[in-house]
Amino acid sequence: MTDTDLAIDVRHLAKRFGDRKVVKDLTLQVPVGQICGFLGANGSGKTTTIRMLCGLLTPDDGEGTCLGLDVRRDAMKLRTQVGYMTQKFSFYEDLTVAENLEFVARLYDIPNRDRAINEMLDRMGLVDRADQLAGQLSGGWKQRMALAACILHQPKLLLLDEPTAGVDPKARREFWDLIHEMAADGLTVLVSTHYMDEAERCHRIVYLADGRLIVQGSAEEVVAQAHISTWRATGHGVVEAAKLLRDAPGIESVAAFGQALHVSGTDRDAVAHALEPLQGRDDITVEETEPTLEDVFIHLLAASGTKTEHAA
Amino acid sequence: MISWKRFLAMLHKEFLQMRRDPGTIALTLAMPLVQLFLFGFAINADPKFLPTSLVSGDHSAYERTLTQALANSTYFRFHGPIGEEDAAKRLARGDAQFTLTVPPDFARQIDRGERPSVLLEADATDPSAIGNALAAITAINPTVLNRDLPDVLRAAPVKPPFDVVVQRKWNPENLTAYNIVPGLIGTILTFSMVVVTALAVTRERERGTMENLLAMPIRPLEVMLGKIVPYIVVGYVQISLILVIAALVFGVPMRGSLLLLLLGLGLFIAANLSVGFAFSTLARNQLQAMQMGVFFILPSILLSGFLFPFRGMPDWAQWIGEMLPLTHALRLVRGILLKGNTLADAAPHLWPLALFVFVVGAIAIRNYRETLD
Repeated sequence: MTDTDLAIDVRHLAKRFGDRKVVKDLTLQVPVGQICGFLGANGSGKTTTIRMLCGLLTPDDGEGTCLGLDVRRDAMKLRTQVGYMTQKFSFYEDLTVAENLEFVARLYDIPNRDRAINEMLDRMGLVDRADQLAGQLSGGWKQRMALAACILHQPKLLLLDEPTAGVDPKARREFWDLIHEMAADGLTVLVSTHYMDEAERCHRIVYLADGRLIVQGSAEEVVAQAHISTWRATGHGVVEAAKLLRDAPGIESVAAFGQALHVSGTDRDAVAHALEPLQGRDDITVEETEPTLEDVFIHLLAASGTKTEHAA
Repeated sequence: MISWKRFLAMLHKEFLQMRRDPGTIALTLAMPLVQLFLFGFAINADPKFLPTSLVSGDHSAYERTLTQALANSTYFRFHGPIGEEDAAKRLARGDAQFTLTVPPDFARQIDRGERPSVLLEADATDPSAIGNALAAITAINPTVLNRDLPDVLRAAPVKPPFDVVVQRKWNPENLTAYNIVPGLIGTILTFSMVVVTALAVTRERERGTMENLLAMPIRPLEVMLGKIVPYIVVGYVQISLILVIAALVFGVPMRGSLLLLLLGLGLFIAANLSVGFAFSTLARNQLQAMQMGVFFILPSILLSGFLFPFRGMPDWAQWIGEMLPLTHALRLVRGILLKGNTLADAAPHLWPLALFVFVVGAIAIRNYRETLD
């Protein structure tokens, strides 16, 4: 039944903690070699799903395979082929970078251990920091070390839980270049993120809200599927106008981007109607624009909860 | 200057956090209550009805009267008469606290006015357990045998018509160090092994490294063994230090086999580590793990016979004591170190330790989760 071209193939996954259903009826397929972006608000079930995929949590319901291995029955085997990078740095801060890598290499029984470690240190630019305590590294270097430890055993599937939170833009870019490099070699990557630029670098995006999968597809497909209309307002008056617009009927999200305001809604006419009072003002320019991925996500966030305002 | 508002803000925050951790609060409140009742009723520094083997010489009326009188003092409970060898074995194994040996021609010598001696051998490895009983026997009424004595000898004796020779075995000088050293080996091992293991595993969970460990291909038993073995080494280093200092500074003898002692203590270390590991599977944070450790260590020290004589406790407290590894370790160390116990003598203290490791270890492994569920 397993499609060999699918690295992740799970159906109807569900997980609850006590009375709280964290993941509901989640079906997900990711082809081999793809980078799949996992998006959604905090608490939408991203981490729980990732933990189920690598056998850290047992699903209450549903079934499926990762790399052709059953997520329930073959959890131990799965662990040897999956790399999982936790959201919080979870290596030993009182060990050096090299010692941490050695520990991991021993656990996975990696052949030619010293060579594998040295190659990894070299590849990640960690050679100069090999003897530094992991706890003394800055955020970006910690993340690099964690990634090095997660791919040391050459996994076929990499699960990254918000790997770039708190990392500077340059380090983030380098991180993503690396991910793409590895994907080109056939590694499948599932990465959760809150950054739009990162989402746009994924082959495919999966959006979760309240434990359910809401949309999936490429960035263009997700934008097209959202069916929203977006206007862009610029000028001195926008800050004050934002307050008026937020409560206007038909407007589902209002987001400030510096001096500009993005106003979106599913009903194009209703949004246009709500914006009419601004059209005549000389301190505001209003024009319709193509919704960006960010507009779509702010819209989805707003739709899944109450109407929210976001500053980007 | 102290600002009351800032102080109250801090105070308020601390109370909020305290309430978030009901487990810790429950332990903090339950602990003194349990201990108060447990130790208030259990501890008694004046042990009575101590088991005494009777090695009988002549089964005479004098002997019966004498043992009756000693039994009436409430310090002695007689067992026997039994053979000399049996009595020695019971004393060595700690089944008896005393052996009273009455010479074969006790009655005849009394009748002749020869003032025969009865021998009371005491297990003096724990001086505090026998002090009052020895005081009772030396204060025995000189007229105790009067009823049975022939008229000639009955006339106003100033001394009893026999002697009591007391022999404090294994610790003739009544040195407290002989009791303290074995006790310390046990308590120090209990403290460091239980607390350190409980913390070591809880720390992995608290720092988040447990999640990583679980995501990697390593089995619970492997984690457990890998965590425990370094502390076994530490435990043996502690033992060696104490034994060397005990011998050099306090002159505590080493009468039995060192190998047997180290093997027995290995079992004791394993028992404590399994407790520590079991705690770590239950505790949600390091503070709770620490509290559980203390919760285990206090009764160990108080109910094991280390600080207070074991036989002074009521039966229910002795039952609790029998379940604690320290109780058996204490008997083991006293037995081997001071009495020269052999494997056969030590066996009654070894199997309870093995059973304890098995049961508590099984609970720990069952509780240890391979997933984060």
